[in-house]
Amino acid sequence: MLSADRLSVRFGSKTALADVSLDVPAQKIVSVIGRSACGKTTLLRAFNRTNEMIAGARTTGTARFHGTDLYGRTVDPVEVRRRIGMIFQRATPFPKSVFDNIAFGPRAGGFAGDLHELAEEVLTSAGLWADVAGDLDAPALALSAGQQQQLCIARTLAVRPDVLLMDEPTASLDPAATARIESLVHSLKATYTVVIATHDLSQAARLSDMTAFLDAGELVEYSPTATLFTNPRTRQAEEYVTGRTS
Amino acid sequence: MVARTVTRPLFLEGTGGPGARADRVARRVFLACAALTGGTAAVVLGVLAVGAAQFFAEAPAGGFFAGTTWAPFAEEPRFGVWPLVAATSRITIGAILVAAPLGLLSAVYLQHYAGRRTGAVVAAAVAALASVPTVVFGYVALNAATPLLRLVWPGAEAFNGASATLVVGLMIAPTVAFLGREALAAVPPAYFHAGMALGASRGRVVALVVAPAAARGIAAAVLLAMARAVGETMIVTMAAGSHAGLAWSPLEGVRTLTAFVAQTSLGDIAPDGPDFRAVAAVAALLFVVTYAMHAAGRALLARRPAGSAHP
Repeated sequence: MLSADRLSVRFGSKTALADVSLDVPAQKIVSVIGRSACGKTTLLRAFNRTNEMIAGARTTGTARFHGTDLYGRTVDPVEVRRRIGMIFQRATPFPKSVFDNIAFGPRAGGFAGDLHELAEEVLTSAGLWADVAGDLDAPALALSAGQQQQLCIARTLAVRPDVLLMDEPTASLDPAATARIESLVHSLKATYTVVIATHDLSQAARLSDMTAFLDAGELVEYSPTATLFTNPRTRQAEEYVTGRTS
Repeated sequence: MVARTVTRPLFLEGTGGPGARADRVARRVFLACAALTGGTAAVVLGVLAVGAAQFFAEAPAGGFFAGTTWAPFAEEPRFGVWPLVAATSRITIGAILVAAPLGLLSAVYLQHYAGRRTGAVVAAAVAALASVPTVVFGYVALNAATPLLRLVWPGAEAFNGASATLVVGLMIAPTVAFLGREALAAVPPAYFHAGMALGASRGRVVALVVAPAAARGIAAAVLLAMARAVGETMIVTMAAGSHAGLAWSPLEGVRTLTAFVAQTSLGDIAPDGPDFRAVAAVAALLFVVTYAMHAAGRALLARRPAGSAHP
């Protein structure tokens, strides 16, 4: 449903992503692994057109969503971001109340329904409802780091996207919070297609159906997760997943 | 490369070495400069305070702050400062009504809309406006703004509050633009990116996420620009007139606190005469107001922007 075809992104003269082609199947979790600065984030951002907010970014090739070129002339990037949501490495709740964080996206999209109902639904999905139900007007920044990330996930779900792009969503969380987010991601698979960038190989192995290994902006291997971790086709992937990296 | 193996003692006994001596000299020079600056402020404030104290020894403070007639040099002098305060307030509020939208929207444009090249051009233009000497602005108010105003309202006086207000607004707009842009730039970019990623338009993200997070800095920008408007002298002296009445129409002339000080000081005033004491009282009031605004602005800036713990 989501695919890249020879997708490249350059920032000025620096190539961050080079000729990446891959297909993300619907209702699967695809993890993207690789060293720091290998292009994981850039690939995710290319799928919801947020690279273009960075000065000097240039994207070539195509990214398709249900067959539509996301970079087509008639495509509204705002609409792309509503269908393909993104969770960042650091939780970024706005300095507003929990409720206003949830309501921001739906309001921007002209949501006409009951925002409180929606808030309860998405906060429940994100496993945060029990913690915040008593006081939705509490400041979001007063939540713990893990809860803040759950709130950000709930906030993204409130826009009702089809795809969730998660950029190392547990990188700055403690193990308990990480476990919570992971089980949340797992439960989201029933409804959403998830692409998750992670530097945590065991997380990729635990969570995902397919795994893409990027190195220096290039897609080295894209295989079913079990294959990539136990019987990779490429020597680079084998070296990386076994820790024998140069 | 030949390896150099010069050995020398690390410390010279007693003196602390030539480096430490240079530091001590430098320290004294810097201290002298700082003391001169601070001392000047102290002298100026002292002269103002003495003058104002003498003034209030003769004229009751109640009449000064509540009186509506300012005629310090009449045969029966009246020291009601209200007309001057009203004129200054009106011009300041009017100017900020011009400058705040202009400056803040410029700031938003520069920070969140402009491309690199156009942004640099626009920023340079705003900086150019900021570097125009106020006497030029005064000339513009008198010889461009007022004639234009008279095309629309032929009844406008040659010296009037409206043209001075408009031009003071233009003068302080760059202050709002640059301080406002700094305030926007201090907001963690993550907010902007997260807002955009939620499928909101750029304008919505700026208005509902970035601007509220920058609220303190924006308030400071407006406040510091208003302090400049309160203290602005040349434009109002040249273009607003010298009639210290409680004119209601902006098309009539008004006299601000600053204009009174400037216009009176241009005359021949003796340092111990009643003119000087009236000037000192008005100048002291002006100082208290602008100092308070500056202090409030700095206090706003000193506090961390909301959520800056999460960049």
